[in-house]
Amino acid sequence: MAYQKVRLRRTMMFIPGNNPGMMRDAHLYGADSLMFDLEDSVKLAEKDTARFLVYNALKTIDYGNIEKVVRVNPLDTDHGKADIEAMVCAGVNIIRLPKSETAQDIIDVDNYITYCEEKHGIPVGSTGMMAAIESALGILNAKEIAHASERLIGIAIGAEDYVTDLKTTRTASGVELFAARAQLLIAARSAGIAALDTVYSDVNNEEGFRKEVQLIKDMGFDGKSVINPRQIAPVVEIFTPSAKDIEKSERIIEALKEAETKGLGVVSLNGKMIDKPVVLRAQRMLELAEAAGVYKRA
Amino acid sequence: MEIKKTASAGTLESSDIMVTLEKGEKGIEIDLTSTVEKQYGKQIRKVITETLESLGADGVKVVANDRGALDCTIKARVSAAFYRAAESTDYKWGE
Repeated sequence: MAYQKVRLRRTMMFIPGNNPGMMRDAHLYGADSLMFDLEDSVKLAEKDTARFLVYNALKTIDYGNIEKVVRVNPLDTDHGKADIEAMVCAGVNIIRLPKSETAQDIIDVDNYITYCEEKHGIPVGSTGMMAAIESALGILNAKEIAHASERLIGIAIGAEDYVTDLKTTRTASGVELFAARAQLLIAARSAGIAALDTVYSDVNNEEGFRKEVQLIKDMGFDGKSVINPRQIAPVVEIFTPSAKDIEKSERIIEALKEAETKGLGVVSLNGKMIDKPVVLRAQRMLELAEAAGVYKRA
Repeated sequence: MEIKKTASAGTLESSDIMVTLEKGEKGIEIDLTSTVEKQYGKQIRKVITETLESLGADGVKVVANDRGALDCTIKARVSAAFYRAAESTDYKWGE
């Protein structure tokens, strides 16, 4: 498999598909994933040149352990099929489908990826997928979308189109996105895949950005799309467990081990009983801390 | 595939290369301008020639204005310009 179903996805940085300078430097900024865009950031007359550029960059530049994602044009446009075939051949990890509205949208792309893998002698199933949901209909179908393909590693919300569809605008509080974020997150978790949040366009408003990142982290999202390298550090900071959280989680896991050694059915710490969900949360916290490089299991 | 019309791909931005292809005499003739010509001119010509040969091009005049593009960018721009010049979308991905 040329992609990981589960991995750290705190930051997914947008790279316009027709910008060779950004493609050259993209690995320097510490993003967990890079999303090369062939869709909205590329004008119609340059769809072919951007496709060649991303294809050759992916085949040549070693991005190390960074996940390589390409946002392709929708399958029903002139460019969608050519984008998918080129990126599958280039060895992309994840094909990101924009404007997903129904499970059938996902199934159609899955089938076309399979066709391309077979045509080019690439093991079937080695290309992953993620879906961006950007409309009211897509949010209502989020559960069906999240369960539509084994290739899916996650679903993401695209807020600009969504709020337009909702006949509103984006606000500082994010109230207009609350229902959509919640529904998307629950749908992703029901399918065991990642939930990824939308971009924050005002790169000069770090305070507003931090508030939004804290909100989506508290809701349970895995990470956020970023449009500027400056947005990476705040996301990493907010998503990295604190020393206090790590210490508490370690004590919970130690208490679990001690109870198991003594054959006790109940785990307790400082006289308080510890439920299974608390243990699971502590385990996840340590996994996240380890993945973020601030903790190493003994 | 043969060249049917003059076509270009790329930009004059830093790290890019603007490639224009037109019908020429036999072989591949390259007119290169580059910000790094002294250091990399030979390598840039080699990448342009190899890319066109791999696409089966012959009788091509290339005008290239390089702004420090990586080899993969040169390859991408030459390929895109060639398909445009040949008026073809029969891309050979994976070859």
